[in-house]
Amino acid sequence: MGKKLLLEKDHVPGIRSYEVYRKEGGYASVEKAIKSMTPEAIVEEVKKSGLRGRGGAGFPTGMKWSFLAKPPGVARYLVCNADESEPGTFKDRYLMERIPHLLIEGMITSSFALGANTSYIYIRGEYFYVARILEQAIEEAYKNGWLGKNILGSGYDLDLYVHVGAGAYICGEETALLESLEGKRGNPRIKPPFPAVAGLYGCPTVVNNVETIAAVVPIVNQGGDAYAAIGIGKSTGTKLISASGHINKPGVYEIEMGITVEDFIYSEEYCGGMKGGRKLKAVVAGGSSVPILPADLILKTANGEPRLMSYESLADGGFASGTMLGSGGFIVMDDSTSIVKNLWNFTRFYHHESCGQCSPCREGTGWMEKILHKILDGHGSMKDIDLLWDIQSKIEGKTICPLGDAAAWPVASAIRHFRKDFEEYVQNPSSIKDVHHYYRLNDLTEA
Amino acid sequence: MSSDKEIKFPEETLELVRRMMKRYPEGKQKSALIPVLHLAQAEFDGWLSPQVMDYVASLLNIQSIEVYEVASFYSMFNLKPVGKCTIEVCRTSSCWLMGAEDVIRHIEKKLNIKTGQTTADGMFTLKGVECLGSCGTAPMLQVGAEYHENLTLEKVDSLLDNLRKEDKRKCYTDHFDPQSN
Repeated sequence: MGKKLLLEKDHVPGIRSYEVYRKEGGYASVEKAIKSMTPEAIVEEVKKSGLRGRGGAGFPTGMKWSFLAKPPGVARYLVCNADESEPGTFKDRYLMERIPHLLIEGMITSSFALGANTSYIYIRGEYFYVARILEQAIEEAYKNGWLGKNILGSGYDLDLYVHVGAGAYICGEETALLESLEGKRGNPRIKPPFPAVAGLYGCPTVVNNVETIAAVVPIVNQGGDAYAAIGIGKSTGTKLISASGHINKPGVYEIEMGITVEDFIYSEEYCGGMKGGRKLKAVVAGGSSVPILPADLILKTANGEPRLMSYESLADGGFASGTMLGSGGFIVMDDSTSIVKNLWNFTRFYHHESCGQCSPCREGTGWMEKILHKILDGHGSMKDIDLLWDIQSKIEGKTICPLGDAAAWPVASAIRHFRKDFEEYVQNPSSIKDVHHYYRLNDLTEA
Repeated sequence: MSSDKEIKFPEETLELVRRMMKRYPEGKQKSALIPVLHLAQAEFDGWLSPQVMDYVASLLNIQSIEVYEVASFYSMFNLKPVGKCTIEVCRTSSCWLMGAEDVIRHIEKKLNIKTGQTTADGMFTLKGVECLGSCGTAPMLQVGAEYHENLTLEKVDSLLDNLRKEDKRKCYTDHFDPQSN
């Protein structure tokens, strides 16, 4: 069994309640931080831990915190990104639902470290029932003196609120999230300025993912060095992986970084192997945005090394033969899966979710969806495959926010690794199974 | 259509709105817009008519256009009337891999509507939605605040039967009970 830092107690009966959580050692990090540490010392521990943003980008958290501007007399904000909408990702929901107080505790300790007196948890609207769980946990935390005025007699004040969104993938992008929190459309902002300088209401703001904030709790409790001792290289600590698709045991697993991908897919401790004993065809390792890899490249790098569950190993080989850890949304596909159809599904998603600000993304995602639809309809040509490649290359890197890249990478990687699947559909349309069994373009117009 | 109903929140909801507005700093009450729109949609028949949006604008002391542009951006807000229960089937990635199409086809057949449509009796609206973060329990669908996971066609049947028997409007804000601070 690997070491667990976040989900160690997730099966303790009643852990959702304050009493049980507290009895199991909860809120120790707040006591330690407020009573015996300076904010600077906490930031130092987070830096030492090597913790990297768990939402997908993997940016070092301690560094992000140290960028926070501190002009005198200006409010600073900590905003938790609980928008979790990267397809294939459901770890934050699991954590918030099971151990809501872990997130609340992390928010208090982190807010103290950053000098924020008002903090928000921005949660996607579809998770309304989870928002309810968080509201109850916050109410309990207030009642027990962990939130409000003069926490633990320290003179430190903190108010914490849940803010629900209303259904928009783009709001997982931190500046779109801030726009949404200000009561506007979720249009990402042009950077700079970064939120660390001008974020919520124009004030210095840190936006961190749920899992990142939760990880601050063990880091403060046990020290940054102890956290950094877990994992491998620059992939320190543990990571929550959301495993789904054609596996025997889908679910959320906390892994020590550095276990092999093969172990993760096939061992009983994790995914328990392929459903029905079928053959592995492909994996999307870090949420729908990261490059898809065929079985041979996900299990071993191009150099023949075993592929590990870590930022570095999954990225080994660059986009030519590697991928990204991303959000840890691990989608497994067996040999019955049509890669072209899957790509159409992803591309339709990005087209639907594009905010429409930048033309390469707004138009390009729609064009790609249409071309894939044409190929699946049996009317594709070889030129269409090249056209798809061409369009994605003109979206990548040419938009305000990373949604453009996120829409381009699945297309590029599917063509790179599975070009023959596309060619087969083009040359031999009768090989397309279930031709009328996928959604028509106009079939799913919004209600 | 709620034309014969006066567009005004009951006092209890108004109190909730005031509490929501207090969560944001002085002068930034527009931040409460999305939460208040959720309350409005729940109160006024599950959708946001222009009149309802104007009312929300007046509560937050902002222009109507500021409400329209937000309401039209987010997929959870309905700008047209919907049935009492909106069945939202996740159609993305893992749900698709695990049979979301079969679920959608089955519901379409059972309710005799296409995705995006409402049944003649006004009971159900069927919607295809993007990833709801329930990939490990796919396929799944959402009705109001409830997630229904690890679906089989039999489960879908009994869910629809129960909803019809219950005959109650389902909203995202059902059971929502925000902290009192």
